[in-house]
Amino acid sequence: MIEIRFHGRGGQGTVVASKVLADALAKEGNFVQAYPEFGVERRGAPVIAFIRIDDKPIYDKSRIYKPNHVVVVDPTLVEAIDVTEGLKDGGVIIINSEKDPASFKFPAHFKVATINATGIAVKHKLGTLAAPIVNTAIVGAVVKILDLTKLEPLLQAIKEGVPTRPDDNMAAAKEAYETAQKVV
Amino acid sequence: MKKVIMGNHALSWGAQLGRAQVIAAYPITPQTQVVELLSEMCANKTLDAKFIKVESEHSAMAACIAASIAGARTFTATSSQGLTLMHELLHWASGGRNPVVMGNINRAMAPGWSIWTDQNDSLSQRDTGWIQFYCSSNQEVVDTVIQAFRVSEAVMIPSMVILDAFALSHTYEVVDIPDQEKVDAFLPPFNPPIRLTPTAPHAFGGLTSPEHYFELRYKLQKDMEKVPDLVEQTGREYEKMFGRYLGQVEDYRCEDAELIFVTSGTAGYTARVGVDQLRQEGVKAGNLRIKMFRPFPFAKVREILTKAGKVAVVDRNISYGHHGVFYQEVKSALYGRDHNVPLFGYITGLGGRDITPEIYKEIAQLTLAKDKPEEDITWIGVKR
Repeated sequence: MIEIRFHGRGGQGTVVASKVLADALAKEGNFVQAYPEFGVERRGAPVIAFIRIDDKPIYDKSRIYKPNHVVVVDPTLVEAIDVTEGLKDGGVIIINSEKDPASFKFPAHFKVATINATGIAVKHKLGTLAAPIVNTAIVGAVVKILDLTKLEPLLQAIKEGVPTRPDDNMAAAKEAYETAQKVV
Repeated sequence: MKKVIMGNHALSWGAQLGRAQVIAAYPITPQTQVVELLSEMCANKTLDAKFIKVESEHSAMAACIAASIAGARTFTATSSQGLTLMHELLHWASGGRNPVVMGNINRAMAPGWSIWTDQNDSLSQRDTGWIQFYCSSNQEVVDTVIQAFRVSEAVMIPSMVILDAFALSHTYEVVDIPDQEKVDAFLPPFNPPIRLTPTAPHAFGGLTSPEHYFELRYKLQKDMEKVPDLVEQTGREYEKMFGRYLGQVEDYRCEDAELIFVTSGTAGYTARVGVDQLRQEGVKAGNLRIKMFRPFPFAKVREILTKAGKVAVVDRNISYGHHGVFYQEVKSALYGRDHNVPLFGYITGLGGRDITPEIYKEIAQLTLAKDKPEEDITWIGVKR
């Protein structure tokens, strides 16, 4: 079983990101379980979403405390909270950032990968310049970096599951997928 | 068709596949998406139902009862404060023998104000004469709603299909959505023998003298007693068509168990993970998940638990001044029989506190350390 935790801020589409990823992985025959932090969402406040992925039915309905990997949708959260809380050794920290992974200082038993999802979202005019919607670009990168599935099921999931401008969202996911480097 | 959907939408899908004809509902966190999707389904005509907007849950249930009397298959959904506001009308629905099916999201009762899960909202409606099903997965939610219509309409008793706030209501899982044609074959249209029509007027819910009232209640209980067998038969028929069995309980690795957990809801699925981990450590654990709480599955519970070395009932609820509700029920099921299984009662997870596989390991440790329980409630995870 692979467990991933997403850190974002309300309004960025973090919960939708985990849902789209679940859709894509389910298309490949995986069992998936995706859920938001059980709380009240507010725009701009830190939000958390989780996803479990397995090749057999998932019975554990408790929260994820020890994720295999974390995804930081909003880079300002790296300073604000401990995004590595409970992260398993060898886990990958995927950060939405234009910076080089080496510029982030984390303990050596974690790996860091970056993707400029904000840049990609702005380029494809997703959301506004001040508040770009980065979720589809993030998921495109996550799928590649963690080698979770191929691009096709993800694009299909976006086409079916993202109500607003699916073509631009698919283009953003594709660009992120092609830009990101496989880490796992 | 496989789809990744949230628990709330699983209720909406169940209502659509069951071809509900009247939906009257009032939104409340964490149930709101149930109503949102149903209103979209009605607007898009994928569901040919009258969607009635109401000003409260009390009115929602009143509208459902009226529609049911008129012969319509009727669905609603609510949660917590909304369910308890309906309390009076819950008696009306069961007493009037109106087979309304309702989704309820288990949310802790205020105060303190909470949107997170526990079972006190639905369990405090225990004696209202409703059938109660507790679900552990989104698949089970869809399958249960469809079967609830069949069971309810067969005995003319309403059903609640219950799921945990957030842990299921907002959790996305892969669900095999049954084909509409097959559901239609399984669930024929609702056709009550007596209904309210302008051409053949009847009075419903009128003054009932001591000469007749008693018999109405006797009949309600007698029909309630038919439900366990009916749920088994309906479940087997559903299994033949759709490959999934519902039933009253799910027993997991209970055959040779020295310790059986009694669980419900999402915690009843997490218990399976706890059981597997305990078995790896050499503890012969099992899990009896109660899917149907009313009527209580006495026969199944007796059959499975009397083989156990010890039983640990895990309650995400409390009856103040008494004990955990499932603990009471299991105790009453086992009392006076010629066996004497030590029964331990645990309360945990109130107000959405997480129930993890580790909690089951802690409960196993506590239970196996004693020959007999020293108290009726052992609190797990409470800060004192």
